[in-house]
Amino acid sequence: MPKVFVVADNIFSPLGSTTAENFSELLKGNSGVRRHSRTEIFSEPFFAAIFSEEKNKELNAGIQNANAYTKFERLLIQSIKNALSLCEVDIQSASTAIIISTTKGNISLLENETVTEAMKAQLPLHYSAKVIANYFHNPNLPITISNACISGISALITAKRLIETDQFENVVVAGADVISSFIFSGFNSFQAISKQVCKPFDAERSGINLGEAAATIILSKHNKNAYATLDGGSVSNDANHISGPSRTGEELAIAIKKAMHEAGTKSDAIDFISGHGTATLYNDEMEAKAINIAGLQDVPVNSLKPYFGHTLGAAGILESVVALTTMKQNTIIPTQGFENIGVPVPVNVPNTITTKNINKILKIAAGFGGCNAALVLSKN
Amino acid sequence: MTHSVNIATDPLSSGEGRGEVFITGYSIISNGGVEKDGHLVWKEPSAQHTDNFLVSAYRQMGLSYPKFFKMDNLSKLGLLASENLLSGTDLKGKYKPDEISVVFANASSSLDADQKYFDTIKDIASPALFVYTLPNIVIGEICIKNGFKGENAFFVFDKFEAKFLHQYVQTLMQQNTNKACIFGWLELIGDSYEAALFLLEKEAADKTNPFTLENIYKLYS
Repeated sequence: MPKVFVVADNIFSPLGSTTAENFSELLKGNSGVRRHSRTEIFSEPFFAAIFSEEKNKELNAGIQNANAYTKFERLLIQSIKNALSLCEVDIQSASTAIIISTTKGNISLLENETVTEAMKAQLPLHYSAKVIANYFHNPNLPITISNACISGISALITAKRLIETDQFENVVVAGADVISSFIFSGFNSFQAISKQVCKPFDAERSGINLGEAAATIILSKHNKNAYATLDGGSVSNDANHISGPSRTGEELAIAIKKAMHEAGTKSDAIDFISGHGTATLYNDEMEAKAINIAGLQDVPVNSLKPYFGHTLGAAGILESVVALTTMKQNTIIPTQGFENIGVPVPVNVPNTITTKNINKILKIAAGFGGCNAALVLSKN
Repeated sequence: MTHSVNIATDPLSSGEGRGEVFITGYSIISNGGVEKDGHLVWKEPSAQHTDNFLVSAYRQMGLSYPKFFKMDNLSKLGLLASENLLSGTDLKGKYKPDEISVVFANASSSLDADQKYFDTIKDIASPALFVYTLPNIVIGEICIKNGFKGENAFFVFDKFEAKFLHQYVQTLMQQNTNKACIFGWLELIGDSYEAALFLLEKEAADKTNPFTLENIYKLYS
């Protein structure tokens, strides 16, 4: 199998518009999660990592006829544009594919007082994927993946396979979601939303914060400017419950073991784990159990949800970008707010910045529908 | 019942498990009709709304799975199409749970459930409706019903992109931990629905239909 190289990335979030800006905020301990009073999203004040009005305006920068694009689409455009500027991949080439990862795309259009036929035509996820492909003059069929909270990792695994089987030389993988009353009301109805900045893996965790962002990773079969390789990826299903995770973690552990197997690596070679860590009672418990089954309980793990919130379709990509930067800089971002372990089996959750030599990382996630996913990446 | 969770990877196997993939069954539900392997199973006597059609088909197929009634229409359609596909088969007897994958695609993702959920949130947002506002939930439902723990993916295209999907699933099946796959198109919005699911297997008694793009078109066009 040919190697799959990581050649560029971007995070466009409330914390910053580039990976470097975002990582620098993380190093300073700054979080994008704030208390907001935005009645168009929720009737009461809430904690989330959403764009300010000022930052929303930045979404238009450099986009001709910006109003022709929805916020979701502009987020994707900004993130992809920045990632492209950092590498030599030609997005207009027939050998470059685009994969879009999202859970809800343009769903907030439903919240308009009058939903016109034109708006309805913009609702399907494949519509937005075509908009993005057209914006960048990419000639190929754009691929959309909607696999709940593992969408971003699913998209990266799909991209890896497209390159390995010589269907494409480069794949631009971009994910985004926008927080609106549709999504907020749903998570709130599950009583899953924390009334403060979330505390993954902590004894006092009380649910998630939602977040909006876009993130991009560009994969290539060419080594030029590559700083990492994507070595393995796998997805599994709990076959247990559509809205609650496995009680044992065995199925996420299956995905982890298969991803490590594909990467030709063993648990003792993993230097760092980028966790899903939603700070819900059951997710963190399941994840900790899976980490133990896979023999990774001593490996440092973090959750970025206290900084970015749960960014849904962007999450798998965004958190992989931070993990890649962690590997590049040999610097682990602490899980903000983590004080006392609150899961029934041991996991190693640093709460201060940790430096160590990092050559191989594991990214994991889980989502509604009982899906689990794992990726293994190495320093190039 | 409990399922084995021992993973199927064998670090020593290299080429083993690779090989040809066969279409060992297919199931089509469209225009009020339910077909299995090219034979009509049931056709509604007169056209009815999707809600009623799905419940009638459930009764006609003699299914007994009360969870069906709490599902959204996309999940109901997927459950019916997969039960029709899998009737008379014994995947769990042949393969380990994590060797069986489910890969679907459609055009409208979960927009049917999205609209229904959105219509309720002004009064009270229902978690039971919200959970169905993701297209991959139907995959979860089928995995729960059958104990499948393998790979999942849900793609969204404006039409059945057989070429891409065939290539993708073919790649997936070349990994030696994937031995069977429920694969196909599962589209539903309002009163429009269409399911075309294929059962793909590496261990096939009947090797009439290799998993080729040509055979996908032959069986479903």
